[in-house]
Amino acid sequence: MAVVLVDAGGTNIGSVRYALQRLGADAALTSDAATIRAADKVILPGVGAAGPGMARLRELGLVELMRSLTQPVLGVCLGMQLLCEWSEESETECLGLIPASVRRFEEAPGLRVPHMGWNQLKVRKEHSLLKGLGEQDWAYFVHSYAVSVGDYSLATADHGGEFSAVIASGNFHGMQFHPERSAAVGATLLKNFLEL
Amino acid sequence: MLSRRIIPCLDVRDGKVVKGVRFRDHVVMGEIVELAMRYRDEGADELVFYDITASPEGRSVDRGWVERVARVIDIPFCVAGGIRSVDDAREVLYAGADKISVNSPALERPSLIDELADAFGVQCVVVGIDSLRDADGEWRVRQYTGDPSKMQALARRTLDWMIEAQQRGAGEIVLNCMGSDGVRQGYDLDQLDAARMLCSVPLIASGGAGAPEHFRDAFTVADVDGALAASVFHSGAIAIPELKRYLREQGIEIRD
Repeated sequence: MAVVLVDAGGTNIGSVRYALQRLGADAALTSDAATIRAADKVILPGVGAAGPGMARLRELGLVELMRSLTQPVLGVCLGMQLLCEWSEESETECLGLIPASVRRFEEAPGLRVPHMGWNQLKVRKEHSLLKGLGEQDWAYFVHSYAVSVGDYSLATADHGGEFSAVIASGNFHGMQFHPERSAAVGATLLKNFLEL
Repeated sequence: MLSRRIIPCLDVRDGKVVKGVRFRDHVVMGEIVELAMRYRDEGADELVFYDITASPEGRSVDRGWVERVARVIDIPFCVAGGIRSVDDAREVLYAGADKISVNSPALERPSLIDELADAFGVQCVVVGIDSLRDADGEWRVRQYTGDPSKMQALARRTLDWMIEAQQRGAGEIVLNCMGSDGVRQGYDLDQLDAARMLCSVPLIASGGAGAPEHFRDAFTVADVDGALAASVFHSGAIAIPELKRYLREQGIEIRD
């Protein structure tokens, strides 16, 4: 099985790659359109900001390619946000593959932003991506912007209100937390994606 | 609910984990990858590696061990020491670190924080602050604390610097209270509490953990997001599974 990591400049590419290696999958890091199109699974990692993230995809000529993919695609953290329609972060138009928008956590007393640390996942919809996930399993989050809850939400978490932790629409999937840094729970979810 | 974090800190010197008391007299505690795996297995929520000699020696972190850690570890880790440019930070992040922490170089050139936040997002950027109370009662910042012969006391007030660091793009603050570091008498709750009032990003307590109650107090009294400790974990004086069980019994949100 060919798994590719889209090299859109995200800094967590190394750790996602190692996590896949621990699961026995050697993912190639690429920004080559033909390689991405031919892959069985495509992962869009990314830590950083929405504006530069989209700019990088445009620069690489990958925007239309990403939109045309039909195999399972997984966006991680910023990668997930880029799959959505729009982000409040620098008012960025994103790929528009999942009918959701991304907003900054609203300021509230005692609410720390960035949302940084381990939080519990609440399953909202059954999906093969969540196979083996318990009722209140912990995942590691680091982000200041979040996707609100909608039909596309498979699992949510709570930080001053519920937000989407795992989303899916058709062949496009996203995880807001870092599965590569979420211990056994993260490994389970990544393995599920590889088996989709 | 967001869990409070238990964070073992591994001071790295010449490729080994070391520990000193009050930043002096370092003894070797073990191999980096071995200790990282041990803490991961015991339920640490995150790890911090400080290359304590990188900044005083004016060199960057050796990315070799960062990559070795990243390959085996499946919990987040932060690397500190000698990161003085966006390029240095990129090396460490691309090697697999989740966050980078800057301390002395940010004091030398505060705009480093802005540059790092612009390049990688605030969530990657931790600012470490070494702080000591002076004779006049003010907490002030210390620089180059990894090497006693190079350590400097600055005129900068700790809380002023913490506010500036946040404005410039720090996504997390680690406040190391040097007065309590290494002596296991508890975190400096007064200072942490004062910092908490002015800190809207995650705040990590560092320096002074000696007993499970100290962690409880840091979370319940000073409302910190994470508690960092080194010697009590390295020596086995506190085992992380028991510590986490105790904190859960105290009603504190802690990851299983």
